[in-house]
Amino acid sequence: MEYFLQQLINGITLGSIYGLIAIGYTMVYGIIGMINFAHGDIFMVGSFIALIMIIALGLTAGSAIAVVILSLLLVLVLAMVLTSAWGWSVERIAYRPLRGSFRLAPLITAIGMSIILQNFVQIAQGARVKPLQPIITGGYTVMDSNGFAVQVSNIQILIIMTTVILMVAFSLLISRTSLGRAQRACEQDRRMASLLGIDVDRTISLTFVMGAALAAVAGLMYLLYYGVIDFFIGFVAGVKAFTAAVLGGIGSLPGAMLGGLLLGLIETFWSGYFSVEYKDVAAFSILAIVLIFLPSGLLGRPEVEKV
Amino acid sequence: MTRWTKDPVLTVEHLTMRFGGLVAVNDLTFQAGRGDITALIGPNGAGKTTVFNCITGFYKPTEGRLTARHADGRTYLLERMPDHAISGEAKVARTFQNIRLFGGMTLLENLMVAQHGPLMRASLFGIGGLFGIGSYRRAERAAIDKARYWLDRVGLLARADDPAADLPYGAQRRLEIARAMCTGPELLCLDEPAAGLNPRESAELNELLLYIRREQATSLLLIEHDMSVVMEISDHVVVLDYGVKISDGEPEAVRNDPKVIAAYLGVDDDEVEAVEHEVEEVEREVAR
Repeated sequence: MEYFLQQLINGITLGSIYGLIAIGYTMVYGIIGMINFAHGDIFMVGSFIALIMIIALGLTAGSAIAVVILSLLLVLVLAMVLTSAWGWSVERIAYRPLRGSFRLAPLITAIGMSIILQNFVQIAQGARVKPLQPIITGGYTVMDSNGFAVQVSNIQILIIMTTVILMVAFSLLISRTSLGRAQRACEQDRRMASLLGIDVDRTISLTFVMGAALAAVAGLMYLLYYGVIDFFIGFVAGVKAFTAAVLGGIGSLPGAMLGGLLLGLIETFWSGYFSVEYKDVAAFSILAIVLIFLPSGLLGRPEVEKV
Repeated sequence: MTRWTKDPVLTVEHLTMRFGGLVAVNDLTFQAGRGDITALIGPNGAGKTTVFNCITGFYKPTEGRLTARHADGRTYLLERMPDHAISGEAKVARTFQNIRLFGGMTLLENLMVAQHGPLMRASLFGIGGLFGIGSYRRAERAAIDKARYWLDRVGLLARADDPAADLPYGAQRRLEIARAMCTGPELLCLDEPAAGLNPRESAELNELLLYIRREQATSLLLIEHDMSVVMEISDHVVVLDYGVKISDGEPEAVRNDPKVIAAYLGVDDDEVEAVEHEVEEVEREVAR
């Protein structure tokens, strides 16, 4: 029971990070029907931006708690802004000129952008892994029996809380504001939305900006949680988050959150109870099984043919 | 000088649209008067929808000039504008032959989307909307009021929170017109608004269009097949055949134009007189 609880906490933490990245995939897919393969690398760039700023601010575990909180908030906001600029640029340079061209074209440039971002970071920052001293330490013991203590660390609490807050804010943005309505309208009929006075190009740009901002948050959380990053983390995290988006039903926002959470839990429990080596095999097998029985994912709507 | 050349809301000059070797519209010139209901009619394949597509930015015309003129005298060259600006700035809205509502969104949301421009400015591009800043709240409330007004107008207020896809066909058509009106257009282009409606729905539609002409500062341009609708509500009729204008004028004058009769009944030019004669006879019989 204690072991189960511990794995649950770990799984939710991991799932939160996946969910944050998955939203970027699912939103872009929803609005322009394209898989933005560079999104994982945007997450990696966000992570590096956060690392550089933490080092520049001289943050360590020894800093006063108020300083740590304020600095991390600053890092978070700046990383979101700068990473958004990257996301916006990628869309502007590599995807917008190809809109209206055949379906595979933006897919290929997306893979190209992914490679460009990886190589750029590799050259600019070096290929070696970048460690970061743990900044947020400590935690709480939730339960203690027979010598097995269920721990929830402060960083886990921070990750889960940040994710929950962001997801609530994000859902509100999509369901309540004019921008969210415009995005949903573009999702359904871009041409018609444009005829009603919506600047479709700008709406798509803002979608990329929002996805990148959330990826930056995920990047910072990943950095603080694992303490090690390199130029290649975007690939694995990207594939996982993409899987999460498909599992939840690509194009569906709650689906991406649910998919991320499930994927995190599956991986963690499989590692905890069976074997660490096969955790990816397990995760992807479950994806395959879900897609066989629910081709549009858990919360996705089946594609309805327009007549 | 006719009414529509004096104060046109839309001026189409020498509009030509070619698709490869096919000339869909050829050197078309006409004007739609402010406050008028102008009908664009013609047999199937005459190029009416192509004209609409050029006006609303779906196609870039091969040749010609399209000018929208607002009541305050400002003019907009439609063929040079991106399509979101045609609605947002030039204030020209349209509906489609096949209905294009946002089916997954509620009726109210459909009408709110049409008011995106002002809301976006008030919300500082969406971010302010999340924090509920004052200007956005006011703009949002005004937008909801406007949306509810139009829902009430088209008799759908009770279903404001249902998904648009759940509506019956006739109601979807009315909702589409309401949505177009929410953009605050100077000119509203309706592509076969009466298609597929039953007589009662068709009568309701006529009433709605007449209301818009009477009470709103919106002029109407419509494509219509149903001659009874055209003759009943329009002030000005332009007839197209094979992409060329064959008649232009008051409904009464157009109705009796032999060229129009020939185009609709499909006869050669030399048979026109015979047809005209037949029509007259039929009319006399009906009168009796």
